[in-house]
Amino acid sequence: MSMTMTEKILASHAGAASVKPGEIIDCRVDFVFANDITAPLAIQEFQKMGVEAVFDPDRVAFVLDHYVPNKDIASANQAKITREFVRARGLPHFYDIGRAGIAHVLLAEEGFVGPGDVFVGADSHTCNHGALGAFATGVGSSDLAAAMALGRFWLRVPETVRYIFTGRPRPWVTGKDLVLSIIGTIGVDGARYGAMEFAGDTLEHLTMDERFSITNMAIEAGAKNGIMEPDERTLAWITPRARRPFTVVRPDPDAAYADVRTIDAARLDPVVAAPSSPGNVVPVREAAGVRVDQCFIGTCTNGRIEDLRVAAKVLAGHTVHRDTRLLVIPATPAIYLQALEEGLIKVFLDAGAAVSTSTCGPCIGGHMGVLAEGEVCVSTSSRNFVGRMGHRTSQVYLANAAVAAATAVTGVLTHPADVAGELVPA
Amino acid sequence: MTIRGRAHVVGHHVDTDVIIPARYLVTVEPGELAKHAFEDLDSALRDRIGHGDILLAGENFGQGSSREHAPIALKGLGLAAVVAVSFARIFYRNAFNIGLPVLECRDAHARVRDGDLVEVDFGEGTVRNVTREESYAGQPIPEFMQRLVDAGGLVGYVRTQIGKS
Repeated sequence: MSMTMTEKILASHAGAASVKPGEIIDCRVDFVFANDITAPLAIQEFQKMGVEAVFDPDRVAFVLDHYVPNKDIASANQAKITREFVRARGLPHFYDIGRAGIAHVLLAEEGFVGPGDVFVGADSHTCNHGALGAFATGVGSSDLAAAMALGRFWLRVPETVRYIFTGRPRPWVTGKDLVLSIIGTIGVDGARYGAMEFAGDTLEHLTMDERFSITNMAIEAGAKNGIMEPDERTLAWITPRARRPFTVVRPDPDAAYADVRTIDAARLDPVVAAPSSPGNVVPVREAAGVRVDQCFIGTCTNGRIEDLRVAAKVLAGHTVHRDTRLLVIPATPAIYLQALEEGLIKVFLDAGAAVSTSTCGPCIGGHMGVLAEGEVCVSTSSRNFVGRMGHRTSQVYLANAAVAAATAVTGVLTHPADVAGELVPA
Repeated sequence: MTIRGRAHVVGHHVDTDVIIPARYLVTVEPGELAKHAFEDLDSALRDRIGHGDILLAGENFGQGSSREHAPIALKGLGLAAVVAVSFARIFYRNAFNIGLPVLECRDAHARVRDGDLVEVDFGEGTVRNVTREESYAGQPIPEFMQRLVDAGGLVGYVRTQIGKS
């Protein structure tokens, strides 16, 4: 039977010749992880299950990334639960500050997930890893505890919608703009319970970093997973990193899709998701001029080296506007180091930006850049719900890193071309 | 299983950030989390909700983060069930796993008003509005999930699976 990529991966992990949408399956998982917010609950449930050991210590990771460095006593106590659990069991893949980064970026960098894998994480943006051609989905703590105990996970096989991007994106248009454009069209529940399979010649023009930001935001359309077929660029990226052999899975040419949609990427201009929904998408040109108090470049969506490069390109020779703050948070220590070696950190500091150690902090209004009453932020993150980054009256515009950088220079929402010209960002 | 209680109506696309803002995710205690439930949506809502009440939500309830703290906060608030036009998938699983009964029902949200007395029959998948003498058909719990309930929830299910191996 013909299958989509998602169906093929799930079938192989369920030990079935084929699966079809709607079917409930019990499948093997290749890797699981939890973060400092979701792990304490997962550990509590795991212990209730009466299980002593995780299914395979080599396939379990814990990453402290949200409230790190711990912001207060309560968050420190939560982190301590995970630290002690890991130490007591001698689990090898534990990432604490200094070596930790934002989990989705870090775990990909570390090669824990490869093409064809099933990856379950107690964090909604686990779908990020679909850019590698893996089935990756976010779950809650109890489900994670069960997967950690059994090495298996039950789920309903999702219907797949195939999104085909065509054409070469214009200057300053990134993967972020592509995925926001889709969410703006289908809505925040447009892919609810489904699989989003991204394809098309446009992907050839996108770096792996940009591809990750697309699959990362599949959850913002309500999807179970986002996925892309591996190409030469994917294999060049994952091969030196992969810790286990992997299997490249491709969709059957006659696979049954719930829908196929085509997006002309060559016609897109940079966009923002205006407050307070990731589905409230408008071109930057239409929203331009809004006064902005803070710009934030970072997160699992857009805190990668390409994001920092494009931001530095915009900022070079400019300074952050006196009424605006710019916060730059490289997603992992490796990205931080790379940015340092490339001179990007100097560009940020010279421009008057604050550069911080890896953390999810500001994205969730947790710490390190919380918004005051009525403040406006342009953020490269993925969610702009009411109160997401601070006070309930604060407002968040989601954008790519070039837009955030350009806005930091002018103090009002700005198209990058207006600061840095029409140069094609290399 | 049938649950009867007073209804509280909220809108569409209520996200987990407004159910329990991330800044409070420094505890797993239901009572502590409940103190901040819906704080950014309607700061008085949590005070209006009494023990055994039922939340009536629109489409895509619980969208966003995977935080299991969201259904835990609602349970801590005393809510006995959530009925929604539709649920975001992670929230649905989480609610089920922590023992907060949830039911999908297309028509109830548009008809039920704050304070109506409603009765939710999870086996039948129906919502009866006692105040207005109306009934709305919803989706019964999927068969597979009912088997999980019968096994004693996820914890019981895992214990059974481990016993098998």
